[in-house]
Amino acid sequence: MSGFIWPWQLAEKGILGMNRRNVNYIGRYNPRHLFPTVDNKLKTKLLAQQAGIPTPELLATICHQHDVMNFASVLHQQSNGFVLKPANGSAGKGIVVITEQQDDVFLKASGSVVTLHDLQRHVSNTLSGLHSLGGRPDVALLEERIAVNDYLAQFAHEGLPDIRVIVCRGFPVMAMVRLPTRASDGKANLHQGAVGVGLDIATGIALNAVQFGKEITLHPDNGRCLASLRIPQWQSVLAVAARCHDLTGLGYLGVDLVLDDQKGPVLLELNARPGLAIQVANGVGLLHRLQRVDALSRHSLRMPVAERVACSQTWFAAYSSSPSKPELSVLVDAKSA
Amino acid sequence: MTSAQRSHNGFYVLIVVLLLVGIALLVHRHWVFQVPLTPGDSHTLWSVEARIEFSANGDPVRVLMARPNTQKSYVLMNETGASPGYGLNFYDEGSHRHAEWTVRTAQGRQQLYYRAEFLHSPSQGAVTVPAPELKSVQWAEPAASAIADLLNRAQATSADNYSLTRELLKLFDSNAPLQHVQMLQLQFDQQFPTLLVDMLHKARIPASVVHALHLQDGRRRQALIPVLRVWQGDESRLFALPGTEFYALPGDLQMADMLLWEEQGTPVLEVVGGNASTIRFAMIRRQEGAYGSVAESLSNQYDFLNFSIHGLPLEEQAIFQTILLLPIGALIVCILRILVGIRTSGTFMPVLIALAFVQTSLVTGVIGFLLVVSMGLIIRGYLSRLNLLLVARITAVIISVIAIISVFSVLAYKVGLSEGLKITFFPMIILSWTIERMSILWEEEGGREVMIQGGGSLLTAILAYWAMSDPLIRHLTFNFIGVQFIVMALVLLLGSYTGYRLTELRRFRVFRS
Repeated sequence: MSGFIWPWQLAEKGILGMNRRNVNYIGRYNPRHLFPTVDNKLKTKLLAQQAGIPTPELLATICHQHDVMNFASVLHQQSNGFVLKPANGSAGKGIVVITEQQDDVFLKASGSVVTLHDLQRHVSNTLSGLHSLGGRPDVALLEERIAVNDYLAQFAHEGLPDIRVIVCRGFPVMAMVRLPTRASDGKANLHQGAVGVGLDIATGIALNAVQFGKEITLHPDNGRCLASLRIPQWQSVLAVAARCHDLTGLGYLGVDLVLDDQKGPVLLELNARPGLAIQVANGVGLLHRLQRVDALSRHSLRMPVAERVACSQTWFAAYSSSPSKPELSVLVDAKSA
Repeated sequence: MTSAQRSHNGFYVLIVVLLLVGIALLVHRHWVFQVPLTPGDSHTLWSVEARIEFSANGDPVRVLMARPNTQKSYVLMNETGASPGYGLNFYDEGSHRHAEWTVRTAQGRQQLYYRAEFLHSPSQGAVTVPAPELKSVQWAEPAASAIADLLNRAQATSADNYSLTRELLKLFDSNAPLQHVQMLQLQFDQQFPTLLVDMLHKARIPASVVHALHLQDGRRRQALIPVLRVWQGDESRLFALPGTEFYALPGDLQMADMLLWEEQGTPVLEVVGGNASTIRFAMIRRQEGAYGSVAESLSNQYDFLNFSIHGLPLEEQAIFQTILLLPIGALIVCILRILVGIRTSGTFMPVLIALAFVQTSLVTGVIGFLLVVSMGLIIRGYLSRLNLLLVARITAVIISVIAIISVFSVLAYKVGLSEGLKITFFPMIILSWTIERMSILWEEEGGREVMIQGGGSLLTAILAYWAMSDPLIRHLTFNFIGVQFIVMALVLLLGSYTGYRLTELRRFRVFRS
C-alpha cells in the first residue's frame, strides 16, 4: 500500500501519536494550573525576565478597544519594525511582523503591504479574543522585532527562523529549526509551508529537512543547501530550553527560541501542547527518547541544567557513538545512585 | 506497584463496573419488564388537531365540541386543549364526551385548539355505542310515497339491517337512478344524510349520522365527513354515504384509515355567543418502535429499578427521546476524533447538526446546511471588511443566518417544497459560530483547511445522524437506561486510548522507508 504506514511500523519507529501525546505526556506531566503561564505570553515574558532569560523587548501592551486608535504614534517610532501578537494566541495565530513602515503603510515580513487601518482592525480582533483559545477577551502585545542572526538569515527567505526544542522533564529530547518561506507568509509555521529542519541534539547540525511533510534538500525560495546548516551557540540554546522547564514546572514543553546576534538565544514563547511535526522534520520518532526520560528516577531529575543537557546530548546524539540501551541504563543508574 | 499503576487499575475496575451495571440493567429490564431488545413492529401514532374558528360579538361565549374516544383500531393516548383566555373543561357523560370553552366576553375572530393523540392498534376491538331511540318521521307527498316505495324495494332484497342499508344506498347510487330517487335527491340535497337516517328509522332500524376524519399524513384544513352508522342489536356498522370521500374508497369501510370524531349523531360543534363558526382538522403520523405496549406496561409500575422515562407525560418523553440520543452522537464524535482523527470545527457542533438532520431528514438537512453556511460565509466576508467588534459581528452573523433561513423557508414554500420549512430546525446560534470560525479559518489558513474542517464536520454529522436515527439504537437508548452506562464505559475507554489515529497512518507515511 502506497499512501499509508501500518501502525506497527509506526510503533517500531517510535513515532509519538496525538493520543499518546495527550494522555501520556501532556496529561501526565503538565498540570492544568500551570498552563496559563505559557498560554499567556505576557506572563511567560515576566517569568523569563525574572530568571534572566532574554525575551523580545516589550514596547507596549494594548488592553482596551479605545487604545486601538491611539497606538499609531507608538508604531511610528519603531523604525526597525515591530511585532504585534495576542498574549493568548496559539499556534502562531494572530502574529503580525512588520519590517518597515512609511507614513501609514506597513510592510509585512512576507512582503505584503498593510495599512494602519488594517493593523487597527487586527488589534481590535485580537482584543475581542479572535486569536485566543476559547475566544476569551485578550491583550495585544507590541514587541520589538528581533534582528535576524546573519548566519540563519541566509537560510530563511523572509521572516524569522525559530528553533523549537521539545523538553521532557527538563531534558531536551528533540529539536528543529523552522525556516519561513514565501509559502508560509514569512511565518515559521510548518503547516503553513515553513521548512522544518531536524537538528542533532548533540551538535545542532541539520539532519533532515521537510516542507509540507515531504523531504527536501534545498530551501525552496533561495536554494540554500539545508544539510550545511549548523545552529550557532547550540549549547546555550539547549541550556535555555532546559531552564524553561525549571521556570514553568511543565514536564512536556515546546520551547521556541530565536537567535539574536547580541543577546544569544531569545525566548519567543513556550508551548504546553507542542505538535508532532518535529518528528517528521527529524525523520525520527519521539517515543523512544521520551521513554528513556520516563524511566529516569526522581533523583536524576534533580540534576543541574548543564548536566541534563550533557546527558541529553549523549543519549540522543544522531551520529556519534550512540550508546546502546543497556549501557545507557547503566549510566542512568550510576547517576541516580 | 506504582501509584500510577494503581490508579490505572482503579480505572479499569470502574469501566468493568460500568459495563456490568449497564448490562445488568439491560438484562433486568428485558427479563423482568419484558421490554423487547429489538424495536420489532413499529406503532403508528396519529396526532390530530382540531381548530375551531368563529366570530365573537362581545357577549359571553360558550363553545361545545364533541371529543373523540378510544374506538376500533385506535386508542386515545392523550388530549390537550389550547385557547388563550378561555376556561376549558372536558366532560365525559357516559359515551358522550365533549370539551367546553367558556369566556365572559370576546370580540372579533376567535381560535380554539384541541389536540388528541391516537395509537393505531389493530387489535383494539370496537367499543359498544348504545343505539339511538327510534324516531317517527312523517313526510309530505310526493316524498312520502317515494320513500315508502324505496323502502319496500330494499326490504324485499335484504335479510337484515345491514343488508337493507346496503340495498338502500345502492338505490341512491345507481347509474340510472329511479325517477323518485332523483326527485328525493333534488328535494333534500343538503339534508341527504338525515333523510337516509330518517328512512332507516321508518324501517325500524336504529341509525345515525356520525362524523369521521379520513386520516392522511400531513393533511391540513380537513373537514369531517358524515358516515352512516347502523345498529343491529348491540353492535353497529359504518356505511359510507354516496358522494363522500369514503364512498370512493375500495374495500370495506371498517378497514379504512378512519377516525370517528363523534360516534352517536350528536352535533360536533355548538357555539353560543359567536357566529360563522368552522372546525378544521390537521393530522400528522409518527412511527414509534414498540411504543404503546412498553409505555402502557411501564408507566403504571413505580419502583426504584423501574426508573423509566415512560413514567413521564408524553410531551416530556418526546424530549427525552432526543436527549438520550445525544450520548450516541457524542460517542460517534469521540470515535471519529480519537480513533480516526477527523478534524471538525467545534467539538460537538456536528452532534447538534445531526440532531437537526433527524428533524429534517438527511438530504434536506445537508442541502439546507450547505446553503446556510455558504450564504453565511459570503455575508461574513462582507462583514469582515466593516471592521466590527467581535461580539457585534457574530450578532450580525446570527441575524443574517436567521434572515437566510427565513428567505429560504418562504421561497421553498412558494415553490411548493414544504420540506424547505424544516430548515428552521437548525440551531442558529451554533451555525453562526460555525460560520464565524470557518470564516476566520479561511482568512488565516486558506480555503483548504475550511474544506477539511467543514467536510469533517459534515461527515461526522452524517454518521452521527445515521446512528441517531437507527430504529434499533433509538429503541435501545429510549427503553434501556443501561445503554447509557455502556456508552459511558466506552467513552472512558476511548479517553485512555493511546494508539495511533487512522489519519496519522497517512500523516507519518514518510517513515515507511
